[in-house]
Parts: sequence; structure tokens; C-alpha cells
Amino acid sequence: MGEFKVHRVRFFNYVPSGIRCVAYNNQSNRLAVSRTDGTVEIYNLSANYFQEKFFPGHESRATEALCWAKGQRLFSAGLNGEIIEYDLQALNIKYAVDAFGGPIWSMAVSPHGSQLLVGCEDGSVKLFQITPEKIQFERNFDRQKSRILSLSWHPSGTHVAAGSIDYISVFDVKSGSAVHKMLVDRQYMGVSKRKCIIWGVAFLSDGTVISVDSAGKVQFWDSATGTLVKNHLIANADVQSIAVSDQEDSFVVGTAEGTVFHFQLVSVTSNSSEKQWVRTKPFQHHTHDVRAVAHSPTALISGGTDTHLVIRPLMEKVEVKNYDAALRKITFPHRRLISCSKKRQLLLFQFAHHLELWRLGSTVATGKNGDTLPLSKNADHLLHLRTKGPENIICSCISPCGSWIAYSTTSRFFLYRLNYEHDNISLQRVSKMPAFLRSALQILFSEDSTKLFVASNQGSLHVIRLMEGSFKHLHTFQPQSGTVESMCLLAVSPDGNWLAASGTSAGVHVYSIKHLKLHCTVPSYNFPVTALAIAPNTNNLVIAHSDQQVFEYSIPDKQYTEWSRTIQKQGFHYLWLQRDTPITHISFHPKRPMHILLHDAYMFCIIDKSLPLPNDKTLLYNPLPPTNESDVIRRRTAHAFKISKIYKPLLFMDLLDERTLVAVERPLDDIIAQLPPPIKKKKFGT
Amino acid sequence: MVEEDSVRVVRCGGSELNFRRAVFSADSKYIFCVSGDFVKVHSTATEECVHILQGHRNLVTGIQLNPNNHLQLYSCSFDGTIKLWDYIDGILIKTFIVGHKLHALFTLACAEDSVFVIINKEKPDIFQLVSVKLPKSSSQEIEAKELSFVLDYINQSPKCIAFGNEGEYVAAVRDFYLSVYFFKKKTTSRFTLSSSKNKKHAKNNFTCVACHPKEDCIATGHKDGKIRLWRNFDDDKKYTYTCLHWHHDMVMDLAFSVMGTSLLSGGRESVLVEWRDATEKNKEFLPRLGATIEHISVSPAGDLFCTSHSDNKIIIIHRNLEASAVIQGLVKDSNIFTGLMIDPRTKALVLNGKPGHLQFYSLQHDKQLYNLDIIQQEYINDYGLIQIELTKAAFGCYGNWLATVEQRQEKETELEMQMKLWMYNKKTQGFVLNTKVSMPHEDHITALCFCNAEKLENPTLVTASKDGHFKVWILTDDSDIYKKAVGWTCDFVGSYHKYQATNCCFSEDGSLLAVGFEEIVTIWDSETWELKCTFCQRAGNIRHLCFGRLTCSKYLLGATENGILCCWNLLSCALEWSAKLNVRVMEPDPHSENIAAISQSSVGSDLFVFKPSEPRPLYIQKNISREEVQWGVFVPRDVPESFTSEAYQWLNRSQFYFLTKSQSLLTFSTKSPEEKLTPTSKQLLAEESLPTTPFYFILGKHREQQDEKINEALESELVQLPLTENIPAISELLHTPAHVLPSAAFLCSKFVNSLLLSKETKSCEETPEDVDMEEEKESDDSDVENDFTEKTQDTNDTDLGEDIIHQLSKSEEKELRKFRKVDYSWITVL
Repeated sequence: MGEFKVHRVRFFNYVPSGIRCVAYNNQSNRLAVSRTDGTVEIYNLSANYFQEKFFPGHESRATEALCWAKGQRLFSAGLNGEIIEYDLQALNIKYAVDAFGGPIWSMAVSPHGSQLLVGCEDGSVKLFQITPEKIQFERNFDRQKSRILSLSWHPSGTHVAAGSIDYISVFDVKSGSAVHKMLVDRQYMGVSKRKCIIWGVAFLSDGTVISVDSAGKVQFWDSATGTLVKNHLIANADVQSIAVSDQEDSFVVGTAEGTVFHFQLVSVTSNSSEKQWVRTKPFQHHTHDVRAVAHSPTALISGGTDTHLVIRPLMEKVEVKNYDAALRKITFPHRRLISCSKKRQLLLFQFAHHLELWRLGSTVATGKNGDTLPLSKNADHLLHLRTKGPENIICSCISPCGSWIAYSTTSRFFLYRLNYEHDNISLQRVSKMPAFLRSALQILFSEDSTKLFVASNQGSLHVIRLMEGSFKHLHTFQPQSGTVESMCLLAVSPDGNWLAASGTSAGVHVYSIKHLKLHCTVPSYNFPVTALAIAPNTNNLVIAHSDQQVFEYSIPDKQYTEWSRTIQKQGFHYLWLQRDTPITHISFHPKRPMHILLHDAYMFCIIDKSLPLPNDKTLLYNPLPPTNESDVIRRRTAHAFKISKIYKPLLFMDLLDERTLVAVERPLDDIIAQLPPPIKKKKFGT
Repeated sequence: MVEEDSVRVVRCGGSELNFRRAVFSADSKYIFCVSGDFVKVHSTATEECVHILQGHRNLVTGIQLNPNNHLQLYSCSFDGTIKLWDYIDGILIKTFIVGHKLHALFTLACAEDSVFVIINKEKPDIFQLVSVKLPKSSSQEIEAKELSFVLDYINQSPKCIAFGNEGEYVAAVRDFYLSVYFFKKKTTSRFTLSSSKNKKHAKNNFTCVACHPKEDCIATGHKDGKIRLWRNFDDDKKYTYTCLHWHHDMVMDLAFSVMGTSLLSGGRESVLVEWRDATEKNKEFLPRLGATIEHISVSPAGDLFCTSHSDNKIIIIHRNLEASAVIQGLVKDSNIFTGLMIDPRTKALVLNGKPGHLQFYSLQHDKQLYNLDIIQQEYINDYGLIQIELTKAAFGCYGNWLATVEQRQEKETELEMQMKLWMYNKKTQGFVLNTKVSMPHEDHITALCFCNAEKLENPTLVTASKDGHFKVWILTDDSDIYKKAVGWTCDFVGSYHKYQATNCCFSEDGSLLAVGFEEIVTIWDSETWELKCTFCQRAGNIRHLCFGRLTCSKYLLGATENGILCCWNLLSCALEWSAKLNVRVMEPDPHSENIAAISQSSVGSDLFVFKPSEPRPLYIQKNISREEVQWGVFVPRDVPESFTSEAYQWLNRSQFYFLTKSQSLLTFSTKSPEEKLTPTSKQLLAEESLPTTPFYFILGKHREQQDEKINEALESELVQLPLTENIPAISELLHTPAHVLPSAAFLCSKFVNSLLLSKETKSCEETPEDVDMEEEKESDDSDVENDFTEKTQDTNDTDLGEDIIHQLSKSEEKELRKFRKVDYSWITVL
């Protein structure tokens, strides 16, 4: 594996924002997740839960509701009173419509997918018609006294249950009038609370309304008579979310204590048709409020203030033991937030509203393998760059020479020139950016820092030549005719001749910079690309996919390399395929052409192409290099995958020079320490 | 009067009541519990034992009501039989001989002619659940050999088997899996929990199981304190379970209420938890039940629960979680340090009971009389805690004084010890702490004895200790200006060459004190505390020491650790005789010269009874127990027996009880076990189907009599009534707690009437001329009645009360007749 000096960076003070809503789409098997900063992420559950798309957040756009409508259309509504539809192809906001009812707390799409219902602060429930292009306001339902916090359609589309404060209303959709008003008990463990907030309702096809409220109750109501049928007291704190499966035989609720409870409809006795709802298993995967839950056919999905997205498979529904059969916890975004200037040993950290530039520390000491060396010079915080405006940063990059920084928000593109004079650093904004450079999804500098590559959200790729203090637009690669899909990943060859770009689903395109034209397209693969890199000298393109497959494609030969074919024939080790997180970065060793360096959140791996491939019988995760064993044994057990799990969770790892690595870790405890304190629970024995 | 069979070792009560779940009768009036080889029938209202169902020849391992006739009870035993009882009359109806050792019994309403039992056929620890077909036959003893196999490889405890949903399935748990066998489909589903090897600290072994009576729901208890509620278990894939977690330690037993609306659980916390609607948040507690809950059962009527505890008690609990009655047996769950003693006042057996308590146990009634809290500290039940132990106790001065020693040793050098002296208070009828001596000695106290001489002006106590001293404590006046008081102080400290004092013993007249110092016995004059003489046999340390009594009071006996029994003559100060005998227990009979010694050998324990005056034993019984005998005691008989045979004469005045290592209390008897224990109140059984509360006997009968006056037609039936009713009325009067009795004026007439042997209704109208004639008739009647009772009950000393009633002298009867003439009609107006 080789010995490296490792910069173990733990000063990336990144805290993901809490999850506010999740919406599951059964047809495409995708999950939309909105966070408290307004970011919306789309996860592809078929592709190992890869986060394939994201819409950057906006300070004024706190999302309160998220739902899918017919034809894979995604809507969100928030406290600014707007309903927003997202363009999933171009990755931008299609339009925003003000509902004129104050902040919107809830939203629901009719079972047929043609109508949209929003619940507003002023107590109004507004019905919108979804047209192919836009949404059209249709009418208001009977106005209620207080805000509508939750909405649920009856599967037939004739009735709607709306949860408010202290009561639940049942509306007739045709007339828009409230049919029933079901008052909820304010009592909480014998003590009367001020208010009982109905955080969620679910309307079942047999007319049962299930409500969850701030008193910790899950209640079953008969909507025909408006009476309480059953009451489950499950928590000492709020029950904040509910999601019902499509078969209506199970549902899941999330509480402010971080517990997720599963309820199932089980038959009372085996020979009778009578069934009852039974609370079955509690899951404690969260430390904080579970703000949102979803129920896919095979899994329970929950997310909350502690920023994790937890996907808990239902073992009885999983047919075969595969990737879906294990508990998944997604904490970090599946994209790079860190870029690195190798020459000047700089790291650029991307936050939601600012960038931080750090110079790595250095040491003069030497030591044995595994030693921690004392720092002779501490890491330096050089720059704190705040964005203007309410929009979040989409992407950022620092040039390898360290003299350029570029970043982009939804509406503006920024390019800065950095000048170093001894210890002083001066920043100069490059003004007058061209009109077409408004928003970028990915930015990349060439290895010699003379060219800038920008993937815009229109699907085009811009090539810009950088000069001292100015720039020149060289070329724009237009997308293939007929597609509007944006490119999200870029890779440039170290010699600067080739540029590889990949979209969210289609294959990888390779452009020749010299000739400014499309060179070739790598055959498309079922799973999205998670990382791309072009090897020096050989110009082999290494592609990692979300199903943990790694391909090597020779750009000059326009075909997969021999090694790639071999490994595809033999297949990867089963443990490799069962890994949790996607590979987010690939790099190469300048002196060892047979090595590929790659990492995901929990491991760092060097693939040595010269060694034999492991089969399922060999040990994949080899321990630290044995020192006492003879060379024969070491050679016999050696295989191509050298894996190190020392650094985790690993957000970024790259080679600074031949003997130095930089690893950026973000310990989960540090994130939890920055979250608000969780609800105190008495633990027995403490 | 008594036929002299051979003397046999018999169990004498004190058996485990908590061995199996107790069972309620269908009307919740009676509760049945196993007790050794017997089944006891207790009244749930009064806690009294109504019947003892005897007949099994080995430990009873299961009892169940007959589902087809709720007035009958099935029981099974290690002797391989299933017996069917009429529990109301205490009659054995049938015996089914199965042949295998039966470990548990289950009955089902739907399986009319078969029951389920747990047997182990081949290997010693592989148990099977089989169904036994009970053939219909009129004969008393029937062979039931038709076994059909249900489940294999199960846990032998009946707590690990439960039948659900009217016998549709049976659930069994063992180790880490739950098996469910469906009778209709004839399939077994098995659900396995990941064993504790996989997860750290996860002790999720199954411990018990219960089935919901109405729904398809199985509750299982686990070692880590969790309760799991399984549903959908007819589907191997879609099964699901809910967890309830309150217990911090193993769940010992589970029971559903009759309708299944609540689940009861219990464990080492000694708290009964009621989970309502099987939800985690909705639970009720009944705390402070005193000891680990071993079993929980629910009455079929649903109004009562009961919990069996590890300290051999059964608590009957009302539906609203209020404990209503306690049936307490001999507490057995602690080490016996104090040995067996007899309280001279109550003649109760006294020994260690609950932690920190002395228990007073009535041998006659096989029930605990009361507990005396010695240590008077909260007992914290946790592993690894070093508790204060009550190590020694002794009664003195005819039960007026009780001395106790308690100690706690955390480390070798840190000994905490206290000696307490308790005085009997006649007013409160209990012991009151008089003197507390902390650290009476520097080291462990090895022996404690009172001087029990008859004419003793000053109570004297001697303690011997490992620190090499013996101390003499006397009662002195401790009065001051505020009150008159007495207290104990140390009077004399004696030692002998720094040897450890191991035993001490007073002679019968109190004039001499013998103290054993390791190998040497020293004799001290109790007047002057002068060392009189020493005996030394160089045969190991002295283990037991006692003086002879009555005619043999000139002898001193000592048993040494090297297996030598020595008898010294105190007059000649020489060894009279010695014998090679490895004596474990040596107890003198307080009413005779006899001394009983139990020796231990590799095959078992042997009993020797001898007089100190002659080395030849009076009686030898080999192999009285396979186990080591730890303690023994002579208990004086209330009524002396009259054995003529020389070998049994030692049993005339006293009875010898002994306790083995497994804490079974045994004694010697010549009677067959059927005679041995007779129900003390056989007549208390309810002949009528009316509720037999104490009020019924007093008020119900009274109303009946009033009815009689109006309804002449029933007169003939009443002829027998006053006679059979005799005993209940009196015994009820005596047994009913005073605070629930009606006023004495009311009871008076009832009581007096019940003593009269004539018919109530007639007597009111009859003229005095008929008296003589009636008298004759009555005496005839009573004779007949006497014969009758003799036949049914055999002869028994416990029937003395009845005999006295029937043997009223003529003069007494006349007196009573006078009473009868008095008009009591005014009482009815009251």
C-alpha cells in the first residue's frame, strides 16, 4: 500500500441542516428530501440510495411540505406562502405560485394526482388544479379557525382530513364544507397542556382517520361518525409525523424523542377476518426530533433534526438479501464540498453561505508508521468568503495553483483571483462575467490552472481561458440534441487534452479540448456515476457508479481497458458491493501508474491493478500490513484492494504529493454537539 | 390405641408452595397449591387451609381444574400418576397411571378426554410435551398408556408452555427460540432471536410464555427484562412483535387477565406490573411484595390474581391490585445459620426466615405464625451485596428472653457484629428489643446459650467467641429516675490459654458451665466462675457439647471433628465411654435422658438415639436421608404417645425434626402419611352450594332458621342440621377475626343453641314433660353421630374439640336446658 504522511484534517466545521420533509414516489422509486435551509435532494432508491439531484436552498424558502404529483412532478410549499414546482431535468425551479393564505404548513396531492391541496396559516384550505404546465387555483374550502398543519386525502378523493390545533376537520371535496370536526383531548399524562397540535393525519380507505399530535398520542377516528375509536399513547413528547403504506396494512410515526414506531394491521385471530392496529417495533435511530417519515413498500424512511436520513428495511418484505436488506444511514451529501490546491497546500471548504480557505499545517518531525507527528506550524484560516444574497452555494472550486477561486449560486457565478505576498493574501473579484455564466452545477480548473470548465444547468459546458486578472471564453459544448439534462460531474486529464462530463443518468461524454469537439461517449450504465477521474499519461477514464462498480475506459482507444474487462468478468468482492456509501473521489499517484486511489465515507482504498483480484473467499478488509509475517504469506494473501478504515467519516481524501495525503474527517459527535440538545429522557440506572 | 408400625421418615409440611403456579377454583373461593406430595386447598377469603389432598407418593408437579367439571381437579406427580379429585370433599375420584415421571400438566376444554403432560423419555434433559388419553372407566385405578407426541425438546418448566386461542396452538419457549405448534395444521413454526453471543450484553433468552385468551397473541418474557408480544405468528415471514420493557431483571412469569385486556408480569423486583391494553405507557404497579415473584395466576372468574414468591408465600391480589390475603409457608430461601429452635411459649419452630428475620413456624398447622424483624434494616435485593446475616439465636427463661447475633463481614478485618436481647412483652404478645450490644466480642461468636435452670434468680447468658473468650452476661437493674428498666451487662470474661472458644453449654440445673476450647472442654462453676476441671481427648476440635439430663445429669457429652463421641463422668472427672461416630447433629431431648445424634457417611445420614449412661444406642435408624442433615431438634408432644416397644419409647414425649441441606423438614413417624396430617377443620367444607363466608355461618344459618319457622315443610331436613352444624359454628367463631364478628349478644344465642343437641324448632314448642324422653332420644342420636364421625375421620387427637362437645355431662346438659327455656326471641328483634 505504501507509506504516506497524512494530514488528518478535522477543522471542517460542516453541519448538515436538519431534514424537514420526505416524500416517496412509488413509481420512480425516488425519495425527495427537503432540509430546513430549503435544500431539496432527490435520492434514487433503486440505485443504492444515491443522492442524484439536489436543488440548492434559499434563506427565505423554508420548506414545510413536499409532495410528488402525477408524472414525476415535485412540488414544495413553505412558510413564504409559495408553492414551488421543481424542474427535475434542468435542476432548477420551474415556477413559484403564491397561495395568498399566509405561510403554508401542509400540502397534499389528490390520489389521482391532478389536484393539489394546501393548508395555510389563516386556516384556509386551498384547492389547486394541476395543469401540464402550471397549477391553477380552483377554490377554497370552509375556512377554519387556526392554521392547517396536516392534510390527507381519502384514497377515493371524495374527502379530506385536515389536522389543525385541538381538532381535526373532515371536508367533503365536492362541496368544500367541513363534514365533521373531531376534538382532540388536550390531556397529556394527566396534565392539561395548553394546546394539542395535530402534527399529522392519515385517511384510510375504510374511513379511519389516524392522527398524531403533540400530546404523544396516535389516535384512530371513525370519519363517518366523527368519534374516537382507539388511542395509543406512545411518547412523552410530540408525535410529529406519520406515513401509511400503500396497502394500508402498516404505518409509521416519528416522535420528538427520536423514536420511530411501526404499527401493523394484524388479524385478531387466525380464523377471523377481524383486524386490529398493533404497535409493533420501536426503532431508535435518531437522537432528535423525527420530523418526517415515509413508508416505501420495503422500508421505513425517517429523517429529522439530527440530519440523518435513516432507511430501515422491513425484513419480512425483503425477498433476497441484497443492498436493500440492511439499515442505511445517510448523513453527508454524496458530492464534494472540498477542493484542494496541491501546490500551495490549501483546502477550500464549501458551506451553505460561505467558503473557508485553510492552509494545512506542517511538521518537521519524522516518526514510525502509525505515529502522530507534532505540528511545527498550525493550520491557518486564510479566508472567510461570505456570499451575498439569500441563496446557497451550489458548487465551488480552487485552482490547483491556488490563485483562483470560483463558486456559484443559483443566480450568480463568482470568480476570484488570489494574490499571495508572503503571509498576506489579497482577494480580487473578476468582474464582468459573461451573461451565460449565471449558474453552475460544477466547476473545474485544469491542472495547469489556465482553463476553467463550468457545467451550467442548461446542459452546456463552457470552457474559459484564464489569464492574469482576466479571462476569455473559448468554447461552449452544447448538449446532445434533444436532451436538456445537466452535467453534474466533470473530470479533466492532467495533460489538459480531455474533458469528461457526466449527467445524472446518461453516459459519460468525453470531449477533446484540443479540437473542441465530442470525442466519444462511454456506453451508458444503469446506475448513476458517483465519481470520475482521468489518469495521467495513459488517459484512462476511471468511473465509479452508485452500485459500487468501477470501470476503466481508455480514452485514446475508445474502449474499456483489459483490467476493467477482467474485473467485470470476475466480479467484485461481495463485501465491496455491500458497502454503505458511494465513492465520491478518485485520484492517481503520479509515480505509480498501476494505482487508483478512491474513497467513500468510511474507507480509503488503493486499487493496485498489478495484483490479483480478490474472490469471495479472500479477506477483503485486510488488517494493517503485517510486519512479522513472512513475505511469502504476504504475497499470497495480497490482492488488488488495499483498504484502510482508519479515517471516518471521510469527506475528502487526496494526494498532495508523492508521499503526502490529506484526509478531511467530520466526526459525527462533533455534528451532534452543534445540534440543539435533545429531549431529556430518564434512563434507568442513571 | 396406636398401632406400632415401623418408624419411617416423613415429610412434615414446610414444603414449597411456590413450586408451581397456584390454581383458582372456578368461583374463586378456593385456591389450590402444590405442597410437596400433597395439594393444599385454601380458602381465598380466610387464607385457611380447607383440605389437603393426599395420595401422591412423590412430588406433585402440576394441578389443573377439570375443564369439563369445574368441581374437580387434576393433579400430576413424579410418581407417574394423574389423579382426579373432588376438591370440595377432598376425595380422590380416580387415578390414571401413566408410568412416566410427569413434570407438568395442562388441560384444555376442547380436548375432552385427554390432558397434556411433560415427560422425559430417553435422555435426562430432553423433555417432551405429550397428550395423554384418559380412558373412561368406572374403576378407581386406570392405566392411561395412550400417549401421543406433540412437541419435542422443550423446557421442563410449565412456565415455558402455553396453550392459546382455545387450544388451536401451543407455544413453547426454550433458550433463544419460540416454537408454535398448530393442532389443526399439524405444523410447527419456530422463531429464533439472535442469541447473546451475537450482541454484547443482550441476554434475550426466553424465560416464560403466556397466550392471549381471545386473540392470536403470545407474550414471552426474557432474561433481560423485556416482554415481547408476538402476533401474526402463523406466517413464518410476516410475524411481528412488540416490546414492553420495565423489568430490569429476568421476567419470571407472565399471565393474561381472563379477557386478555391486561397482562401481568413479575420478577425479582418484587413488583407486580399490570400492562393494560398491552401498551407500554399504560401500566399499573403493585410494589413491595417482599420477595421475587415466581409465578402469577389468574382466577377463571377474573376477580383475583395470585403471585407465588420465592419466600414460599402466595399472595392473593384483588383485581384492583390490592393484596387481600397471604398464605405463608416455611420460608426457605436463605441459609439457616440459627439452627432449629423451639419457642417455649408457642411451641413453634424458630429459624432464619426472610432476610434479617426470625420466622416462627407452626408445625401443627404447617403455616408461618409470624416474622420477627431482627436486623430492622431495609433489605436491598441485588447481586454481590454483602448483607447483614442473622447468625445465632437462642431462647431463654421459658421464652421470656431471646438473644440474637447478627454480623456482616465485608473484608477479613472488617467485622461488624451486634448482639441483641429481646424481652417478651405479655401485653403486645411479642418480643421487644431490650439491649443492643455492638461488638460483644472481637471475633465471630461461635455459640450462645442461656442458663435454663428452674430456680434462677438472675437470667444468665453465655457467649463463646473465636477471639478466645467466653463472656457471661447477666440481667441487671437499669432503672433511672425516669423509668424502671432492666438491661444486660457483661459479668465475667473467661478464657483458656488463648484457645478459641467453640462451644458452650449449661448443665440442667445451671450449676455448671461447659465451654469447649478447640480440643479441650473446660468446666466452670456458675456461682463463682471458677475453672473446675478440664477434659481433653486429643481427638480434634469439639464440635458439639451437651450435658445429660434427669438421671444422666452427671454425664457430659462431646462430639469431635475427628469422629469421636465422648462421654465424661463429671463426678469422677473421667471418660466414661467413647465411640467412633462422625456426629453432625447432636440434640438432647428436653423431656428425657435421650440424646439423638445424626452421623454422616458417604451413603447417607444415620440416626442414633442413646442415653448417656450407657454406650449402647436405644434406637438406630440407618440412612434417614441421602443428603447431609444440617440441623435437628426435639419438639415436645402436646399429648404423649404410648409406644410400648422399647425402640420407639424415645418418641413418646417428644418428636424429632431435622432439616437437610436442601432444606426439607423431615420427622419420624409411625403413622401412615394418610393419617399423619388430617385437615384441622374437615367440617368446614361447604356442603351447601351457598357461599361459605364467615358471615354465612353466622347470619346465613340464622336466616335459614327463621325461614324454617315459617316453612314447616322443610322441618324434616333440619333434623340433621344442628348436629353437623355444631363444629362450624364454633370453629368459625374462633377463626373469624374479631373485627368482623357481629355483637356478642347476637352470637350468644347462636353459640348456645349450637351446643344443644336437639332440634331447634321442636324445642320451642315442646313441653317440659317431654324432656326425659327427648333426652334419651338425643343421647341415642349423639351416639350414632359419634360412631359416624369415628368411621369417617378415623381416630385423631385433633378431633378433641368435638369429643369434648359430645361428652357433655348430664349436669351440664341440664344447665344448658335451662338456658334454652329463656326466651331469646327478643334477639331476633335486634
